[in-house]
Amino acid sequence: MASVTYDHVTKKFGETTAINDLNIAIEDKEFLVLVGPSGCGKSTALRCLAGLEEITSGRILIGSRDVSNVAPKDRDIAMVFQSYALYPHMSVYDNMAFGLKLRKTPKSEIDRRVKQAAETLGIGHLLGRKPKQLSGGQRQRVAVGRAIVREPAVFLFDEPLSNLDAKLRVQTRAEISKLHQRLQTTFIYVTHDQVEAMTMASRIAVLKDGVLQQLDSPQNLYDLPTNVFVAGFIGSPAMNFFDARLNRGNGKLVVDAGTFSVTVPENKAGPYQPHAGQNVILGIRPEDIHDPNYSPPGIHQALVSARVEMTELMGNEVFLYLTTGDKNYTARVDPRSQARIGRDIQVAMNVDNMQLFDKGTELAIR
Amino acid sequence: MALVQPPEPIHLSARLPARAEPEQVPAVMRQKPLTPWLYLLPALIVMTVFIVYPGLSTAYLSLRDKSGGAWAGTRCVAGQPCWGLFENYRYALTSPIMRQSFINNLTWILVMVTGTVVLGLLIATLADRVRYEALAKAIIFLPMAISFVGAGVIWRFVYEYRATGEQIGLLNAVVVALGGQPVAWMTVPFVNTLAIILVGIWIWTGFCMTVLAAALKGVPGEILEAARVDGATEWQLFAGIIVPMILPTITVVITTMIINVLKVFDLVYVMTGGNFGTEVIANRMYTEQYTNFDTGRAAAIAVVLIIVIVPAMVFNIRRFREQEAIR
Repeated sequence: MASVTYDHVTKKFGETTAINDLNIAIEDKEFLVLVGPSGCGKSTALRCLAGLEEITSGRILIGSRDVSNVAPKDRDIAMVFQSYALYPHMSVYDNMAFGLKLRKTPKSEIDRRVKQAAETLGIGHLLGRKPKQLSGGQRQRVAVGRAIVREPAVFLFDEPLSNLDAKLRVQTRAEISKLHQRLQTTFIYVTHDQVEAMTMASRIAVLKDGVLQQLDSPQNLYDLPTNVFVAGFIGSPAMNFFDARLNRGNGKLVVDAGTFSVTVPENKAGPYQPHAGQNVILGIRPEDIHDPNYSPPGIHQALVSARVEMTELMGNEVFLYLTTGDKNYTARVDPRSQARIGRDIQVAMNVDNMQLFDKGTELAIR
Repeated sequence: MALVQPPEPIHLSARLPARAEPEQVPAVMRQKPLTPWLYLLPALIVMTVFIVYPGLSTAYLSLRDKSGGAWAGTRCVAGQPCWGLFENYRYALTSPIMRQSFINNLTWILVMVTGTVVLGLLIATLADRVRYEALAKAIIFLPMAISFVGAGVIWRFVYEYRATGEQIGLLNAVVVALGGQPVAWMTVPFVNTLAIILVGIWIWTGFCMTVLAAALKGVPGEILEAARVDGATEWQLFAGIIVPMILPTITVVITTMIINVLKVFDLVYVMTGGNFGTEVIANRMYTEQYTNFDTGRAAAIAVVLIIVIVPAMVFNIRRFREQEAIR
């Protein structure tokens, strides 16, 4: 159990900067997810913490100890790899016991820990098998078991679910969350899957091009994205963006997106005032675009004409792929909607939940 | 070990004919009983002419006398030990020179196989961690490109000793530079065998290194990283993870080298001609046949050599098949 601190960490591979001045303070017992598109530096950040990569500058602390120049084996961490990285010539039992044997843990203690971990993970009956004889899901459990028996201060997960099929992934996701609850240890988890990040994390760090974009709780990340990248990355289908201009008319602020315009509600207008007359980016999530017949009561809505290019019925909802002018966007509407391909319809945008971003800096205006 | 389980027998004979009626197959496609033999014929001819006949002939000659004119028993000398029909084998198995050869071949196996495999593994592991890996490996592999006779000649210069005049041997140059007296390396028993084995190691290390390096590349990086995080030192990583993981390849390299070393001939022939206590089985066979013109003894030695090699060969082929099956 320990906190983890990235203190101005930079990692360069030759001329390429993989991580640029990363600062994250991870609290003890926290479940932190590092998320971002491939090549954003999230895995590198994790590997730096594990000691598998040397950092170019800055410091990494585990607890209050500076581990920047400490060998992986002395960092008191355990890691679950994407490929699981099980030792193919060893049985499941020996795979799990390997780290403890190297640490000269007494045999009886090794046996107790391995059996207990195996029991917890439901792999007790597999202890005599070789990794080759296991299914993907079972291998994944062994990899987690190998980390658990070490009882480390920090658990590191590098995309541990990406080799599982969709159903098993959802199931294992929940199990890892439960494991975190039970072990009460710091978990640091890397994924490119924003759904994994949203469902498991106590906090999420979004990275892009080696730079930390936002570090916040899943809900805040979703509701109050700090910039256009985070707004577009978190949420599926992704947030719709419209190039627009913030105009002042009749004492009210109006977002003019060219083919349509929406009036800013009084309660949101405050922070937007200084930006009046400037170009902005209007962001609105698909679930905030409704079929007017079924839009929830009591919201400020703006009606926009649109043509339906495509529909996808999901059962509990319908995705509409819409065009207004030459702008394509997505709506997630009530399944009773009568919208059909090729029809011109009216959609209701919930302006209470709209986001405005500065056109130049792409930062949220708040 | 069968990877593919034989299918369960299906008992449908009540409803289906056991096999297709011959009439249903067009005449051109009908296979006569001789047809499979036709396909096998070219291989059978080659095998018979170049393997089976010489093999049987050798076995036969090993039971005949010096020129093959009479049975070996006629060579027996009254009052001396005699194995009758197997008189040539008495020579091949009990004569002092052949005993010397067996001991030398054993020395060759122990020193050269250990030397090449250990050095090959060491160099492969170390080269894996440097930037100029390709260059280092190319240099180590280079001697493989030289013929054994060529290598023997080169190294004879290194070990050269002259009773009179200027010493031109590299090794003696070093010894003299260090204040010692020049030594006739190729005439000192056991030292000369070790000196020739060193040449063998120089040649064959590249082969072992290349095969082992390929196996090393097959060890996934994440497994090594997992072991490092698990707490392994680099040595524990090597002994506990890398070596067990490439053990099948190491075994194949060892048996291949044993076979190579058992057959060793050229180096000994070129460097000492088997004199001064450096005799080996293959060179003795050559000497009996082409110097002493004793076909019987040469053939008996050949048979003994084959019998010694076969177990290593069988083991190697089995291992190879197992490896193929895993793939």
